[in-house]
Amino acid sequence: MSRARVEERVFGVLRWVVIAFLALITLLPFCYMLLLSVKPIEALLLDPGRLWVPVEELTTATYEEVLRPTDEGGQGFVRMLVNSAVVSLGTVALTLLAAVPGAYAVSRLRFAGGRHVGVLFLAVYLFPATLLAVPLFVMFARMGLQGSLAGLAIVYIAQTVPVSVYMMRNYFHTVPRGIEEAAALDGCTRLQTVRKVVLPLAVPSLTATGLYVFMIAWNEFLFALLFLAAKPERWTVSLGLQQLAGGVEVSKTVLMAGSVVLTVPVVLLFLAAERLLTEGLAGGADKG
Amino acid sequence: MTPRTPTEPETSDEPEGRGGHVHVRARRAPRAPRRVPTAAQRENRAGLAFVTPTLLVVLVVVVLPIAWTVLLAFQDARLIDIQGMGLFGHWTTDNFRAVFGSPGFWTSLTTTLVYAAGGTAGSVLLGLVAALALRGPFRGRGPLRAAMLLPYVAPVVAVAFVWQVALSPQYGIVGEWGRRFLGWDRPIAFLTTRDHEVSVAGVEFEVPLALLTVIAFETWRYFPFAFLFLLARLQAVPGTLEEAATVDGATVSQRFRHVLLPQLMPVIALLSVLRFIMTFNKFDDVYLLTGGGAGTEVVAVRVYEFLTARYDVGAAAAQALVLAVVLMGLLGLYFAFFADRTGEEA
Repeated sequence: MSRARVEERVFGVLRWVVIAFLALITLLPFCYMLLLSVKPIEALLLDPGRLWVPVEELTTATYEEVLRPTDEGGQGFVRMLVNSAVVSLGTVALTLLAAVPGAYAVSRLRFAGGRHVGVLFLAVYLFPATLLAVPLFVMFARMGLQGSLAGLAIVYIAQTVPVSVYMMRNYFHTVPRGIEEAAALDGCTRLQTVRKVVLPLAVPSLTATGLYVFMIAWNEFLFALLFLAAKPERWTVSLGLQQLAGGVEVSKTVLMAGSVVLTVPVVLLFLAAERLLTEGLAGGADKG
Repeated sequence: MTPRTPTEPETSDEPEGRGGHVHVRARRAPRAPRRVPTAAQRENRAGLAFVTPTLLVVLVVVVLPIAWTVLLAFQDARLIDIQGMGLFGHWTTDNFRAVFGSPGFWTSLTTTLVYAAGGTAGSVLLGLVAALALRGPFRGRGPLRAAMLLPYVAPVVAVAFVWQVALSPQYGIVGEWGRRFLGWDRPIAFLTTRDHEVSVAGVEFEVPLALLTVIAFETWRYFPFAFLFLLARLQAVPGTLEEAATVDGATVSQRFRHVLLPQLMPVIALLSVLRFIMTFNKFDDVYLLTGGGAGTEVVAVRVYEFLTARYDVGAAAAQALVLAVVLMGLLGLYFAFFADRTGEEA
């Protein structure tokens, strides 16, 4: 057999092995999480290696404990879900407001220092969150903003604006210039052109960017820990879950139920808009 | 870009300008000899007007805080005094002397480097393998592609706990299965073992187990990111290139080596740089998995410890700054040697 034939066979088989392996490592941890969350803790301790739960053992007590308000002996995750939603939606709104004009300017207009500004927006992306954490921590302590959800949303802008500018810039590049020129000929000012012509065309991109920003804000942990740790009534789900894990009295199965509660909203959102999001993120990858 | 003929009057470029009335004004002959701005000038003004809000936000929430970090690093700042302290206290390099002098710092910098290099290499390589495997269409490719992005999309706190539970020596599935199917004497404590003895072919040596585990976590969590970008690039490779190579008798591996890889190189380089930067600065993954114990204390975790456990703002800022400077140095070296490969734009 020729080398080409051998290789074709080998790589043909290898490809399926790889696909199976990838499916396993990406899906198994999530199945494991889901499974433990409906298992009684005794069953887990008795036989940690078993991957299935008999129907008669299934329990939802873990979810009840996680979701029940704290004054009824639960962990109060409903309130945390609300907090997370408020911060995340606020971050999306603030980020889009801040990033849209800059992304448009950088992608479309030639102006003095334009290239430098474009580079700055990307460079900002490279600075470590820890570098920002120190002064923001001090600033918030000073202004008494610790424990404020609005303050947290403002901090998140630092992490989301650069990515948003990058994602939207790629999209604005694809809007044909002719459309804008036509609008200008019809007497639209630049601002009107953007508002009435460019933005409606960019709705898919705005949605993708908004979703991605929502995920960043929903999943964020460091700044929530720094700013909200002292105020349990303001905890986001991420922070609440981590704080729960620190206590010994909460069983692992309840923790897993909390993990599911934290993961489900963002995964549902992602699956609903997967194509849009991946194209928005990887757009520009084929430019080399 | 083709320059447009200046059909709009100059006022129309002001964001407040109202399109309805300008035409009337435009028809009037210009009384004053004031020159109508060229298209380029108007575009310049519009560009500045549009970029200003974004620029201001970035300056306030990113650039100013970073500048302040630099100032704090050179001051003897504790959180208790900060309330009364002016922006410029008395200057000192004590923080840096203390940071460089403390025994844990150099170890943690090395740990950070190993962690960043390992996490980057792992996630980009696995991402490349995944992109190649999922390149051709097959039944269920769409759902699988979506599923493969889950580790990247899911909240870090949740996935870190799943790993913690799964790897736990008491109730974790990995230890149990290892005992059952791989013949381990007892479950391995992946996240709390600094050095693990391994014997391969009679030769015994120690591996930094906890560090390798967090690197594996990093690889697992971020390979979807590389996968996404590489798959997008792969799908843009013209099919004729590969067909020609096949006709010329190139095997699968030769086609990858000589046709695909050169096409992918710019994206791989860019991904490597991005992932390295992100991993180098990573805090939450390591903090959540090991709390910085068992030989996994990266600099970012130290910064957090100094800030919240010791309230030593100055030392925290100094370490964050050293981290950033080291990173910039590495990036500088990288671009000095490989600038031609990365392509000029992201």
